[in-house]
Amino acid sequence: MANNSMVESRHPWKAWIYLAPAIALLLVFTVWPIINTVRMAFLENYSGLKSVGGTTFKFGLGNFVKVLQYKRFIQCMKNTVLICFLTVPISTMLALLISVALNSIKGLQKFLQTVFFLPYVTNSIAIGMVFAAMFNIVGSFYGTENELIVTAGIINNIIQFFGGKPVNWINYGSTYAANITVMVIYIVWNALPFKILILLGGLQSVNKQYYDAAKVDGTSRRRIFARITVPLLSPMIAYVVITGFIGGFKEYTSIVGIFGESMGPADDKGRLNTMVGFIYDSLSTNSQGRASAAALILFGIILIVTLIQLYVSKKRVHY
Amino acid sequence: MAERIEIMHEKNMQKETSKQLILGYVFKVLVYLFLILMGVIVLFPFYWMIISSLKTLTEYRLSVPTFFPTKIMFSNYADAFTTASLGRLFLNTLYVGIVSTILSLIITILSAFAFARLEFKGKNILFAGLLATMMIPGELFTITNYSTVTNLGWINTYTVLIVPFLVSVFYIYLLRQNFLQIPNELYLAAKVDGTSDFKYLCKVMIPLSLPTLISITILKMMGAWNSYIWPRLVANDAAHRMVTNGLRNAFKDTTGDVNYPVQMAAVALVSAPLFLVFIFLRKYIMKGVSRSGIKG
Amino acid sequence: MKVELQNLTKQFMSRHKAGEVVTAVNNFTFTIPDGKLVGLLGPSGCGKSTTLYMICGLQKPTSGKIFFGEDDVTQLPPENRGVGLVFQNYALYPHMTVKQNILFPLQNLKGADKLTKEQMLERAYECAKIVQIDELMDRKPSELSGGQQQRVAIARALVKMPRVLLLDEPLSNLDARLRLQTREEIKRIQKETKITTVFVTHDQEEAMSISDMIVVMKLGIVQQIGKPQDVYNSPANLFVAKFLGTPPINVFGGEVKGGKLCIGGEEVLDVAGVSDCKVYVGIRPEGFILREDGPFTCKLQNVEVMGRDVSIVATNNASENPIIRAIIDADNLVDTNAENVRFALKPNKVFLFDKETEERIYLDGQKPTEIPR
Repeated sequence: MANNSMVESRHPWKAWIYLAPAIALLLVFTVWPIINTVRMAFLENYSGLKSVGGTTFKFGLGNFVKVLQYKRFIQCMKNTVLICFLTVPISTMLALLISVALNSIKGLQKFLQTVFFLPYVTNSIAIGMVFAAMFNIVGSFYGTENELIVTAGIINNIIQFFGGKPVNWINYGSTYAANITVMVIYIVWNALPFKILILLGGLQSVNKQYYDAAKVDGTSRRRIFARITVPLLSPMIAYVVITGFIGGFKEYTSIVGIFGESMGPADDKGRLNTMVGFIYDSLSTNSQGRASAAALILFGIILIVTLIQLYVSKKRVHY
Repeated sequence: MAERIEIMHEKNMQKETSKQLILGYVFKVLVYLFLILMGVIVLFPFYWMIISSLKTLTEYRLSVPTFFPTKIMFSNYADAFTTASLGRLFLNTLYVGIVSTILSLIITILSAFAFARLEFKGKNILFAGLLATMMIPGELFTITNYSTVTNLGWINTYTVLIVPFLVSVFYIYLLRQNFLQIPNELYLAAKVDGTSDFKYLCKVMIPLSLPTLISITILKMMGAWNSYIWPRLVANDAAHRMVTNGLRNAFKDTTGDVNYPVQMAAVALVSAPLFLVFIFLRKYIMKGVSRSGIKG
Repeated sequence: MKVELQNLTKQFMSRHKAGEVVTAVNNFTFTIPDGKLVGLLGPSGCGKSTTLYMICGLQKPTSGKIFFGEDDVTQLPPENRGVGLVFQNYALYPHMTVKQNILFPLQNLKGADKLTKEQMLERAYECAKIVQIDELMDRKPSELSGGQQQRVAIARALVKMPRVLLLDEPLSNLDARLRLQTREEIKRIQKETKITTVFVTHDQEEAMSISDMIVVMKLGIVQQIGKPQDVYNSPANLFVAKFLGTPPINVFGGEVKGGKLCIGGEEVLDVAGVSDCKVYVGIRPEGFILREDGPFTCKLQNVEVMGRDVSIVATNNASENPIIRAIIDADNLVDTNAENVRFALKPNKVFLFDKETEERIYLDGQKPTEIPR
């Protein structure tokens, strides 16, 4: 059908003129990198600098072995996976609840929709700095017991208001759990708008008559949610979860936003580094082989997770 | 069947319905409470950013926080502007954003047209190949691209910020889909009238796809504004620095004893253009985003 | 279960103009007898669907009351009324099989009404048998034809054993062939279950063919209620006359003068007892008798032979429509070359309407329809 509707061009080469700029740029900045990155990954200890100096490198799996033996890399992978598996379910559930709630109201709907979309148009680094300010403890430089806390920070103020004890979230001496909690809160906050947009769009395209039919049959709210809304929304939920995982595995700038490039509290720099962060660190030390291997591992993980999710959603996503 | 029905519904009629009504109202109130609470949480960082940016440092550090500044310090904004040399950063970013958007649009339009309307050998394979590259994480390209631009001597130039990202397979895909929706009869009619492909593209296809082109423009500009990783690698000198990098560079410390009011003022200044774009062009952003799933 | 509507009125705020109130249903009073099939008929926007939704409980009336039997159900939510509703596009849950769709309403039952799994399945299969889809229970709606989906929707409505079954435009999503078949099917199911059934349609043929009673509505106001044939034979006003019948009724501008009905200067019929006035004259296509000395002259345009009948297409200056269509027996020979054609009229197929109010003026021997009880 598509082919029939095309006009047989008198000059088939003309299409290539239209495509020339795109293809030229893609060859240099997309196709060549794919080939070259794979090549570098399999050349042991490949370094751009040494390569210029005339060193030759042995072909093998050395980079991969080395990367996987790095404690730092394992830590990065652990952080990335932890962030993914915490933020994606939380943000999806919250987005689902908010979307369903938004879809059920009439008054204020447009206004609240705009409010919930607002975090999307922000700069991850800039707003990360705001979150850092909110969680920061001003005046406690060293976190030692006799150190006087001048200002607890607004989040700790709120905790104290409700009778809780202030927590050292991101400062010197803070715990890993506290750091991750802050990251999860920020990333969920950042991820909500896109998910709400997609899920609400999905909900609004669901035929209202399904709900009328359920109402006539006296279906309870919980049953409508579980048996009608969620199944009808399952393609969008799958989409949001898959893109959420892909985004989660590439997480980097949110952490830079809150912790700066030290990627961790002052006493344990790099503690919260991610896989993408590892790749850039390797790059800045001119270890292209190691960076390439890490990038391929990241690609492999994303590919596997995506395929698993596609497989699961094929079985679970309805119609 | 009829008699059975009567017996069955006998008792249903007496059911108390006022209870259901009250439950319905309670539920509705709960829904609104939930949404408003979530809305407050979502908005709180913005609120905190703005009021903090207007406080004096002393007021910011009060152990009992104030929720509205007692003395409004607009001077924080002036301080922020000079501390981070935001003027230069804004101009750099704007320049990179505008040039790369224009070039990117031209390339995208030409390719999308070829894929949507022209017939040539290997078209489907080429298009499938392009789509396949969308699955690969950008970091994988960055490693080699870094060497490539180094070898080209592009480090610390505007070129390095613009050229490597001119082609977006996703935008080509988006625009091609839009082009395909334009009835082919229009193209055939133009052919009959002897209109050239290029003229047809400019006079018919582009005006009809304006909403998509606007979405692409906004997303591309937002991308420039929010880009951080690549500029940090290749153009982090004072002359070419982009706004996000400049912000992060100027305020390295996020924890400890930081002059937050000025820092928040800088953050507010960096965020302001995005909000303006959002307020006026929300429709296009939401439309573009709902089809992309890519930030910036 | 008889359904009684008392002064039912529904007003909406206008979507187009702020502050303007639209009356969708205006002061509707009517009793639907127990076990009958009633068609609500009218053009789009006449309030028929709103009426259906109010009977169902999905919409609340602005004023007026609804009784099921002796019970006032006006304030009851739909689930407590014991109604079954079949939607225009069926609203079958696409992610559930036919069986799950039919079971769905039963799984909602709580407390004393709760059924065991076996009871539910038994009921589901019982209903599936009635609508003859018991072979398709494990399919998904997307694997069914339009007609089969329609049956599933009816089964889903029947499975709760509703006291009143409501159908919203049940045939409009089906193709012409299925439509004929399905409307017989609906009639059969209704007869078999004896459930009081109300359905909404804009297709007069559909309403006429299966209803025990029809209600003709226009702009929220009931125009006429009666048995289909009665309404067709004796429309209460010009709107009803025009709305029912295919081919449609022929309408002329005319005048009553001294007990004679005149159309375009010709005295076409004796109408003794009607005082002089300007009128609209409605003549059913089958109300014409071809006669060479007939009093009514029309310009012959065309003759269409349709087997059993012959349809004569003619024009007349007094006609409100561009053409006149008369249907006569095929035994009559029509001279297709003639310029004019002359008719006599059957008095019981000729209806007079007041030119101002468009209300019916009854001739001798004609009488208003009775509302059956």
